[in-house]
Amino acid sequence: MKSIPHFPSQTFRLAASAAAITLITGMSASAVAADNGKYRIGIVTFLSGAAAGPFGVPASNAAKLTIDTLNSGKMLAPYTKIGINGLEIETVLLDEAGGATKQAEEFRNLVQRQKVDAVIGYISSGDCLAIAPAAEELGVPTLFFDCGTSKVFETVKNPKYLFRTGLDAVVDNVAAARYVAETRPNIKTVASIQQNYAWGQDSWADFSLSLKQLLPNVSVVSEQWPKLLQGQYGAEISALSVSRPDIIHSSFWGGDMEALMLQGGARGLFDKSVAVLTAGETGVETFKSNVPNGTVIGGRGPYGAFAPKNALNDWFRPAFTAEFKADPTYPAYKMVQAILALKAAAEKTAKPGVMPTSDQVVKGLAGLSFEAPSGTVKMARTNGHQAVQDVSFGEYRFDPKTGKGSVANVKTYAADCVMPPDGSTPADWIKAGFPGAKCK
Amino acid sequence: MTTLIAILLDGAIYASWLFLVAAGLTIIYGVMRVLNMAHGSFYAIGAYAAAATVGWFFSGEHGNPYLSYLLLVGCALLAGVILGVVIEQGLLRFLMGRDEILMVIVTYALLLILEDATKLIWGVDPYFAYQPYRLLGISDIGDILRFANYDLALIAVAVFIGLAAWFVLNRTNKGRLLRAVIHDREIAIAMGVNVNAMFAATFVIGAVLGALAGALTAPAISVTPGIGVEVIVLAFAVVVVGGLGSIGGAAAGAVLVGLSRSFAVHIAPEIELFVIYGVMFLVLAFRPQGLFGQTLARRI
Repeated sequence: MKSIPHFPSQTFRLAASAAAITLITGMSASAVAADNGKYRIGIVTFLSGAAAGPFGVPASNAAKLTIDTLNSGKMLAPYTKIGINGLEIETVLLDEAGGATKQAEEFRNLVQRQKVDAVIGYISSGDCLAIAPAAEELGVPTLFFDCGTSKVFETVKNPKYLFRTGLDAVVDNVAAARYVAETRPNIKTVASIQQNYAWGQDSWADFSLSLKQLLPNVSVVSEQWPKLLQGQYGAEISALSVSRPDIIHSSFWGGDMEALMLQGGARGLFDKSVAVLTAGETGVETFKSNVPNGTVIGGRGPYGAFAPKNALNDWFRPAFTAEFKADPTYPAYKMVQAILALKAAAEKTAKPGVMPTSDQVVKGLAGLSFEAPSGTVKMARTNGHQAVQDVSFGEYRFDPKTGKGSVANVKTYAADCVMPPDGSTPADWIKAGFPGAKCK
Repeated sequence: MTTLIAILLDGAIYASWLFLVAAGLTIIYGVMRVLNMAHGSFYAIGAYAAAATVGWFFSGEHGNPYLSYLLLVGCALLAGVILGVVIEQGLLRFLMGRDEILMVIVTYALLLILEDATKLIWGVDPYFAYQPYRLLGISDIGDILRFANYDLALIAVAVFIGLAAWFVLNRTNKGRLLRAVIHDREIAIAMGVNVNAMFAATFVIGAVLGALAGALTAPAISVTPGIGVEVIVLAFAVVVVGGLGSIGGAAAGAVLVGLSRSFAVHIAPEIELFVIYGVMFLVLAFRPQGLFGQTLARRI
């Protein structure tokens, strides 16, 4: 006999009531958001999961500090106007955890129900690739502040609403290869350990191709592909030890990076092999004496420990440290950068004190040159939608007296030296020998 | 030869860790028929408690550094007992006898709640307790290989726990009662065994083993949010390969998975990710109940 589903009446009434209340609350919030005279920004970053500690929380802290400062009108020039274009900023903070499908849904919610005026966010490359087409479809200014995949602007060919205010991973790895070639020109062997997903695979492809161009005699002696967030690297460390490489390249980040350095350091892996950590800057404060001096680290741009001295950095770094009891790492710098980009763009094109439209914001952002704690940022690639900045690499140094880590032997590479020109894919550009690269 | 030694030692170390992680999970399933998704949280909370306490211990002059090993074990015991008692008495006791799928959902919800509770207590910044890892020094194996003695000691700890579990189950009265419950719960009740007390004791022991695995792992890793979720998937793979509910199975599963993975890392690293689940597939294809699992008649 076919059974007929039915709801227990009380349960059904409760569920229906809850759904109705949720719907009404959501609708009223949207109505308020749409016409309360404030500029509403959706901020999306990891608040849970493994990426929260090293990336998401520093970024959300930086967003809070920056937006509070802007709303109070106490930001330094040229950002002295209150909020954005004189309008107070309000934020909707979302957790990036949960995967690309969930994020694509949440993005639509942000735009259609929460009625945000702009979205700043996304650390995961997978999330960025999922959001990119939706941003263009929904027509809301969307600023990727951190994700590194070079495929964002391959997914969306001629973007109008989509921008990236930070650098991509190609730049990191070309710069890392140049740093190694300049500081260790006599190396013979290289090994790799990467998290086995797009980030790790792309990073190693770009680095190994670049190193082959710069030091053709270097051979690859081991490639290790542990699972993301594996945490235990005993076998990989043995395999790397047995292969005796001169350098070990890794794009590991967060807890995985710290665990690898902890376990590898204790087993003497880095006594004869120098580690090159493209995302190592987030560990400067936590590495302590567990990571040997001379480990090559990058900060995904001129951020964090690599940030230059300027007025905005003189405000940001001490203010962040005072409020959150930790030095700001590169995700924090990149978040401030995105917020300031949005503000600069809106105030460039909209009449003072008037709510900027989406079209005004994207018109202002395209090709914009603006100041940030990391220095001058130019939106100069992909028709003005991709940021261009110099990239720095250096070597980790630990001072036992102060108990603090820092970077030494810093070399900075101009954007034109490490960034492929518009119209060429990173792999083709590297394989062709970096045509058009302008290096000092 | 160096590679062969490395494969065997790495495999043994990883298998020991897998066994420590999986032992509590399989004991709880064997006795209570609860596939405890929250086991990952026990691991994470054990790791956080140990890392925070050891971090405090080494932040000042608090005595002989070797006392930190006692702290690791003490934290695991305390965290495991508290979690085990509260969850078993406060939640699972009211759900006993329900469908196994429902218990999976309930314990999964518990995993999510404990994951957030962990963040509320310890925040999202990484915790480090690296001193015990370095304190035991390293052993040179040949000219190239060096192993942390802490990792080698883990093998001894895992063997000790495995032997202790075997001894308790096979050579003590309580163990025999427990085996009776595992074999047939209803008959055990009919024979006067206090099954509720058995359940409570088993869950606490399982929780302590989960927390101990986390506490002993903490010195080698950066303790960050999400470590429990990652571990539970591996632990499931191991207990499924060995046979759900069997300590011997968990040990065999851990050795098989550990050695296979170690072999892959040294010989064909590109298949490392696949090999764990490849082993699981092969075992289940020929023995759906796992290596040591018993074929059960389905009740209709």
